[in-house]
Amino acid sequence: MFPELNSILSSSPDSFRSGDFIVLSDRQADASFLIHHYLSFYLRAGCKVCFLGLVQSFSHYSAVSQRLGVSLTQAREKGQLVFLEGLKDSIGVLSQEESSQSKLPLSYLRSPGAGLECLFKFVESSVSQNTENEDGEKWGPPVLLIDDLSVLLTLGVSAGAILDFTLYCQATICSELQGNIGILVRREEEDVEDEGSNLLQKGLIHQCSLALHVEGLPTGYCRDIHGQMEVWWRSREDAMYNQRKVFHYKVHDKGASFFARGTSSALL
Amino acid sequence: MMAAPGKGMAGPAGVNTTSFQKKSRSKLVSIPGTRPSVQNGQLIVSTGVTSLDYVIGGGLAVGTLLLVEEDRYDSYSRMLLKYFLAEGVVCGHEVFLASARDHPDEIMQELPSPIVDEVGSVKTKEGQAQQCDQENQDTMTIAWRYQNQPKVQNALASSVRFGHYYDVSKTMEPEVRQAVKCHSFYALQESPTTTESSLLSSPYHALLQSIQSVIRKEGFDGSTPQSKVRNVLRLGLHSLGSPLWGDDLCCTDNPAHCHALTTFLYALRGLLRTSLSVAVVTVPSHLMQNKSVMGQIIRLSDTAIALESFRGSEKETNPLYKDYHGLLHVRQVPRLNCLVCEVPDTKDLAFKLKRKQFTIERLHLPPDLSETVSRVSKIELAGGCGTTATGNKHLDF
Repeated sequence: MFPELNSILSSSPDSFRSGDFIVLSDRQADASFLIHHYLSFYLRAGCKVCFLGLVQSFSHYSAVSQRLGVSLTQAREKGQLVFLEGLKDSIGVLSQEESSQSKLPLSYLRSPGAGLECLFKFVESSVSQNTENEDGEKWGPPVLLIDDLSVLLTLGVSAGAILDFTLYCQATICSELQGNIGILVRREEEDVEDEGSNLLQKGLIHQCSLALHVEGLPTGYCRDIHGQMEVWWRSREDAMYNQRKVFHYKVHDKGASFFARGTSSALL
Repeated sequence: MMAAPGKGMAGPAGVNTTSFQKKSRSKLVSIPGTRPSVQNGQLIVSTGVTSLDYVIGGGLAVGTLLLVEEDRYDSYSRMLLKYFLAEGVVCGHEVFLASARDHPDEIMQELPSPIVDEVGSVKTKEGQAQQCDQENQDTMTIAWRYQNQPKVQNALASSVRFGHYYDVSKTMEPEVRQAVKCHSFYALQESPTTTESSLLSSPYHALLQSIQSVIRKEGFDGSTPQSKVRNVLRLGLHSLGSPLWGDDLCCTDNPAHCHALTTFLYALRGLLRTSLSVAVVTVPSHLMQNKSVMGQIIRLSDTAIALESFRGSEKETNPLYKDYHGLLHVRQVPRLNCLVCEVPDTKDLAFKLKRKQFTIERLHLPPDLSETVSRVSKIELAGGCGTTATGNKHLDF
């Protein structure tokens, strides 16, 4: 959890908006530090989190969250966190071994044309099982976090199928259960013709209520400022409807610091 | 027989790999040829080229994938692959080589031979002591106060031997090569099998199954109880994506199976993450018509570099580049188990293949000391001040 980002977005683990659909995107930069922020944020807030980790192993997220002050293994044992490890389970699905029940959510690897229905069923079942924590209370509103969605495009799933999946998730989680969704999509340069990726990006931005876009600095590479992040508030109920702001950021070992353009500590 | 508990890692009931923590920082096994990284304690191996190790942050982390975009004639990328395999042979790791163009045995026969005196000093401690004795015999006369100080080490080479140097004019002796186990996969020998999923075209699918069976059989994923010393498996995959693999990714703009290679890389990374192995994949990116695929492939790998050689291009005769053989671009550096990654100092790197070393250095442009240059630059400056299109008129006010 990055305290500066919390103050920019005016949210904290004790008080945050529900029904939020957050899209984290990047172009030639790496926005994965934001997904770590949201993971530790929602775990601290006591929500039930379903995390689809499609591109990294569980130990990677666990090690980073440890530095941010949250233990993923404990959350998993208590039932607060449901973690789908895409990489580890993919090899079993692809080598056509016995299709056990647990491997079903990744069936898009074998037949990408069929869509993401099984994945959605997995998500739905994990957020609706509202188990109780140690104090006997229920967990908070359910949260779905995906890292990252654009890898499904590279595995052959069509952009339309992915958008269908996100629409279903939004209807179930945001509207019915008043939970939140955070999705990471990664993109290539502007001039590269990639219809699927553009379609996915535009569709997601249209659906979302908050978009954080990470890019490199337009002036080039810099050691002290790792890039710029644009925050776009899109939700209609807010006073800040359709507002955009740009910040510079620098990622360090235990978090990230955000500052207004031109106020980096390296310059002042 | 080495007992597994002696190493402090997975116990005998290692079927469920929960105790197998490849990325744990403490209690790391001591496998020859590996060391924990100084940045984040990750277990790393050398790529065989010491300067490349330095550029990618100390070495290649076990469990990750290094992608090398080939240069136009595949001369230097093939050299890097051979360095990687030779390093595996010298460190005693197991080696897996897959190729479609040349038979893997041919590539293995071309491995450069390690420079003997340095290998010797690793194996025998007496060799090192002898070197020290020779140095001490010349006593210092002026700086005598520094006589007893330890000799200053070169910044790139640490005191623990990590990474070796190779002589590319000689090939490795067959006895040295046969001391390690080598598995190979030759794409042209595999008969095409019909698989249910049309996604994975047969060469990649067969390759994936071959890699998986090697990992499982030799116990790199901790599934079989380790009765021998733990070891690292080095995978070298040559020229994936080229037409010889049966893939039309490089042939047309809209390939029929455009997701075969990306799915293979995704599954390969899954295999690497769950076993003690490291892979180097070379891809002929200059042949790919569809540019977005290269971006996807880079994002699917951990570390990615691209080689651009000057041979055959107009840069070969450019006097600025005369000291180098090509440029090296670092496309991606991974963030493993931490938020930050090793941000490189500079992005202008050039490489040169010398007989005993593959050097990668910051691209230094020599100073322009000729008179004609300054005159040209004056004209260009003057021409920019709103004159006609021909900028080579002197502006005499």
